[in-house]
Amino acid sequence: MKNIKFNIFQKSVLFGLIILVGFSCERELSADAVDATYPKTAAIFIDDVIGMGTNFYFPYSGSKATAWTVDRTQGYNSNASMRFDVPNANDTDGNYAGAIFRTEGAGRDLSGYDALTFYIKANRGVSIDEFGFGEDFLGNKFMATITNVSVGTNWTKVIIPIPDASKLVKERGMLRYAAGTQATGGSGYVFWIDDLKFEKLGTIRLLSPQILNGNNTTITGFTGSTQVISQLGVLYNLGSGQNISQTVTPSYFNFISSNENVATVNKDGLVSVVGQSGTAVITAKLGNVLAQGSLTINAVGAFPHASIPTRNPATVISLFSNAYNNLPVRHYNGFFSGSNTQGGAGNNPNNVDIQAPFSNGSIDNIIHYTQLDFVSIGMYDTVSRVNISGMTHFHVDINIREVVNPGNFIKLELHSSQPSGPTTSSGSFTLNTATLNNVDANGWISVNIPLSSFPGFSDLNNLGQVFFVSGTPGGISSIWVDNVYFYAQ
Amino acid sequence: MKIIKYKFLAITLVCLVSIVGILSCENDEKQTVTTKFNLVFQDEFEVNGAPDATKWTFDIGRGPLNDGWGNSELQFYKSENTVVQNGYLVITAKPEAFGGVNYTSSRLKSRNKFEQKYGRFEARIKLPQGKGMFPAFWLLGQNFCEAQTIINNNVICDSSLPNYKAGNVLWPQCGEIDIMEYLGNKPTEVFGTIHGPGFFGGNSISKKYNLLNDRFDTDFHIFGIEWTENYINWYVDNVLYSQITRQDVEKKGGQWVFDNSFYMLLNLAVGGGLPGSPNTNTTFPQRMIVDYVRVYQ
Repeated sequence: MKNIKFNIFQKSVLFGLIILVGFSCERELSADAVDATYPKTAAIFIDDVIGMGTNFYFPYSGSKATAWTVDRTQGYNSNASMRFDVPNANDTDGNYAGAIFRTEGAGRDLSGYDALTFYIKANRGVSIDEFGFGEDFLGNKFMATITNVSVGTNWTKVIIPIPDASKLVKERGMLRYAAGTQATGGSGYVFWIDDLKFEKLGTIRLLSPQILNGNNTTITGFTGSTQVISQLGVLYNLGSGQNISQTVTPSYFNFISSNENVATVNKDGLVSVVGQSGTAVITAKLGNVLAQGSLTINAVGAFPHASIPTRNPATVISLFSNAYNNLPVRHYNGFFSGSNTQGGAGNNPNNVDIQAPFSNGSIDNIIHYTQLDFVSIGMYDTVSRVNISGMTHFHVDINIREVVNPGNFIKLELHSSQPSGPTTSSGSFTLNTATLNNVDANGWISVNIPLSSFPGFSDLNNLGQVFFVSGTPGGISSIWVDNVYFYAQ
Repeated sequence: MKIIKYKFLAITLVCLVSIVGILSCENDEKQTVTTKFNLVFQDEFEVNGAPDATKWTFDIGRGPLNDGWGNSELQFYKSENTVVQNGYLVITAKPEAFGGVNYTSSRLKSRNKFEQKYGRFEARIKLPQGKGMFPAFWLLGQNFCEAQTIINNNVICDSSLPNYKAGNVLWPQCGEIDIMEYLGNKPTEVFGTIHGPGFFGGNSISKKYNLLNDRFDTDFHIFGIEWTENYINWYVDNVLYSQITRQDVEKKGGQWVFDNSFYMLLNLAVGGGLPGSPNTNTTFPQRMIVDYVRVYQ
């Protein structure tokens, strides 16, 4: 729609120009009649900042805001460069360096270029976390980033390809960088950048765009549920013969659904299941090139919700339920070392694995743990621990997404914690095979367990984690989890 | 239609380039790239199917000594890996366990079909990409001995073999002119080389050409030589980038063996000493796509 509008606008302007030229002999042509274009300025920093305005450096929150300066003593074939002082990991002013360089004004027309390039050196050999462009803190539509860039002590050229330059007609995000000290054991370092500019190299070959990390994934689609197409990237071959991969934002891609009666996909890669049955395949193109990877959705009708809790909110402390206000958590999956459990990423209860609407249109959020071995919902570190001393029972709804075999079980654990996380006491309760098979019409196990049934869990004032444990030997690897709360009876 | 149009455009372009070349001799900045325009051989690859048997035959296997063509190359050459399609000759290299190695590809030659002394040899080609890819457009002396045998660790031209021809000699005595060689991990570089007695292998006479602001695997480029009794010129598109003279060869102590008829070869090798083996970044299949081959006198 946008493109069509724009074309019409261009044509109208052209037509207008012709008419003006034809009939307005006595008047000068108005400057307003010419089509809006944006500067094609290529340079960002070549011995000095170029065409960026005065207020262009925006550090990331938590980074050291003073990391960037202009060094007037050295440069690439010159006496000036940008200097970045990456702080030590224990620097209280910020434990990493990172920022965007956003040009003032409406933005630049980069459609004639194919790469952002610069020369870089450091005071030691180091792998720097991220370099890219397209981040403007105003939507970050066209971000493209390369990671773990190897930098030595001599000037070398870095090339960051532009995935589809035709999209960058008024871009403000000229450079983004993030440099921490994980690769240096916490020790700060210095790096310099010079000759930072957009270029038309002509030597970059796009090998393959990718969605979903190049995988062909199949999911069960519940009517009304949504899913974001993530893990977007592009693989290039540079003129040097080296391959380079890049992570990019959805706006570079055009997403396509093979069957819009089953599932639709918007420009941000958000897939919505609209059909009751049938199959849709979501693919994407970068320019004219089909991306590797696809999402196949087999629609199966409405989501089989767990029973909606009915207890008085005044008697409930909830960690994850759409029926109650949830206390803030540190995570729904800590991704602890030694655990393979997937799902439950982040700490936003409204942005977990499955968002399935109730019949009234409001959203039901469900955690989907897969490859389950052990995983916790954590309340420590960045959030307060939870005082459940006034509660009597623990409630959870679990829907097992596989066949339950004899001997299978899921162990639930409650842990009290120190503020930083370490367990101070814990107790467990096992859902045995019989319990796992005791499901409602939608397949949900709904359990209410007295807190006294978690022997050993002694500090109810400081609940820090709720664990789900199965895998080996429990035998269960894929579960939905909903309505995790404590209540007083 | 598109292809025909495109070719017409290409021809026009070449003519234009040539005319510009001729007309601008007085201008020091312009080169005379080509001087020979009497077309004596052409294959535009317009008939789908196998390559024109009146012009080309295949070398099958791993070489006369079954050693990867003297270069430890990793492919077995088959005719099945070449097809003429939509106006192009397509040579495909792919992983396929065959004849004791793990890749197959093709090598075509005009031996006994078209052989010529001197002239302009030119082809328009899009090259493959990735470590281990080693395509070439090249010439061998028509007296090259294919009837090879090893006796007492020496390769001899074996008159007892059926493909022996009187007067045949071994490489490098027969001479070799590499119009274009390329390594898939250097997508902006080609090289032109001659081999002969006193200058062969690592001691050959060669020059590289680096394409500016472009690469050889994303579009077609023209590779050619002009060869006379006194010199060979190499060009890419409209750029003359190398000249090797009889004098250059003789100064090096070599023998100018380029006063004989030569035949053309087109091949896509995989691996071997010069390119090295494919690595994890090399994707298959890879293709060498030839738009045309033309020879002028």
